Amino acid sequence: MMYPYDLAKQEKEQFLIQQLNDVTLHHLECCSDYHAMIEKSGGVIQTQSLNELPFLPVQLFKMMDLLSVPREEVVKVLTSSGTTGQQVSKIYLDQETAASQTRALVEVMKPVLGRQRLPMIILDTKSVLKDRNSFSARGAGILGFSNFGRKHFYALNDDMTVDWDGLHRYLKEHLGTTIILFGFTFMVWKYFYQEAVKNNIQLKIGESVLIHGGGWKKLQDEAVDADIFKRELKKQFGIQRVHNYYGMVEQVGSIFVECEQGHLHTPNYADVLIRDAITFEPLANGEQGLIQVMSVLPKSYPGHSLLTEDLGTILGEDDCPCGWMGKYFSVAGRIPKAELRGCSDTFAYDRKGANG
Amino acid sequence: MNNQKLQSVFTEALGIDASQVVDDLTYNSIPEWDSIAHMALVAEIDDQFDIMLDTDDVLDMSSYAKAKEILSKYDIEFE
Repeated sequence: MMYPYDLAKQEKEQFLIQQLNDVTLHHLECCSDYHAMIEKSGGVIQTQSLNELPFLPVQLFKMMDLLSVPREEVVKVLTSSGTTGQQVSKIYLDQETAASQTRALVEVMKPVLGRQRLPMIILDTKSVLKDRNSFSARGAGILGFSNFGRKHFYALNDDMTVDWDGLHRYLKEHLGTTIILFGFTFMVWKYFYQEAVKNNIQLKIGESVLIHGGGWKKLQDEAVDADIFKRELKKQFGIQRVHNYYGMVEQVGSIFVECEQGHLHTPNYADVLIRDAITFEPLANGEQGLIQVMSVLPKSYPGHSLLTEDLGTILGEDDCPCGWMGKYFSVAGRIPKAELRGCSDTFAYDRKGANG
Repeated sequence: MNNQKLQSVFTEALGIDASQVVDDLTYNSIPEWDSIAHMALVAEIDDQFDIMLDTDDVLDMSSYAKAKEILSKYDIEFE
């Protein structure tokens, strides 16, 4: 069986409950804000079931600096992407959490990428890594995945145009070797694929695997889904394997990667729950709701159990045809903002429309 | 000789003084050896010793002493 996708339901739950309870205690002790919030909300501190594990809304990290270590122990600050003007999440990592998350990312990806470092094309600009102490979601992703690569080549210039000449040279140099490509879903599509189509550039990259993540929000507007994405990238560039992943800076490391069946999988040290968007009650497999993510890794900040703003559906557990154990799921996208505000806006709009 | 070679790889890749490259020099203990510099360091080791470290080695290489230990797995000897 394939580590870290080898714990069956009962064993995994036992492991997670014990670990997550310990992490909750640690944060209660070390983060006074977390302590105050859990106390006030009457959350269960030591649970017998994952359903009862206290969770924080992921947006909270945009509003507060939450740390469970002294500031002088922070070695890295991660920030969420967020559009201009929007508040960004700030995630504080100490040496231990940074290391365990990097390690976990490698374990999660090994079944897909193997242990040999491969030539790697990063579909982004090198300037994302300019600030060496504070990393955006893009920078953190690139750095984490870089461990799988060698001879890293950044395919985008600073003005987001593709360095086609450099890319051709790189492909020639590594002809016959499996190549990893890494990028953010939207950027791969807009700055690489669409540019190639526009300029009538076709490539035969050959034996290759593309890892991409960051969400489909912008592509949904263009009606591009995972199937179209895969098909088009294969057609245009000859990329053989495409694996999407779901993850966020608030829980970097314990990401969820697609298996060969195209299902996002939970590794041993992380899990997901689906909750009703209004009542927050846990939902059954097959039902769509808000995704709650749990990970045993976050120690330097209280991010081990987070309710996201993403909608998803658990497709099954321990029975994916790919052979990996654990829950597998799909993500439908971000919850519409209007929905969160309730329906009063719709009413206001309708009334105005009817009168005017 | 390999000792000297590895020391100069560290000096060059991290941009530090040779006197700083000692066995207990550890990752993230100085600003010059952060995650980005680590990539450059690994690339330089690959090139200079003509080997290909695997992903686990990249993560395990947390000190100068550890680097020597890992390289010895690739039949590079340090006296």
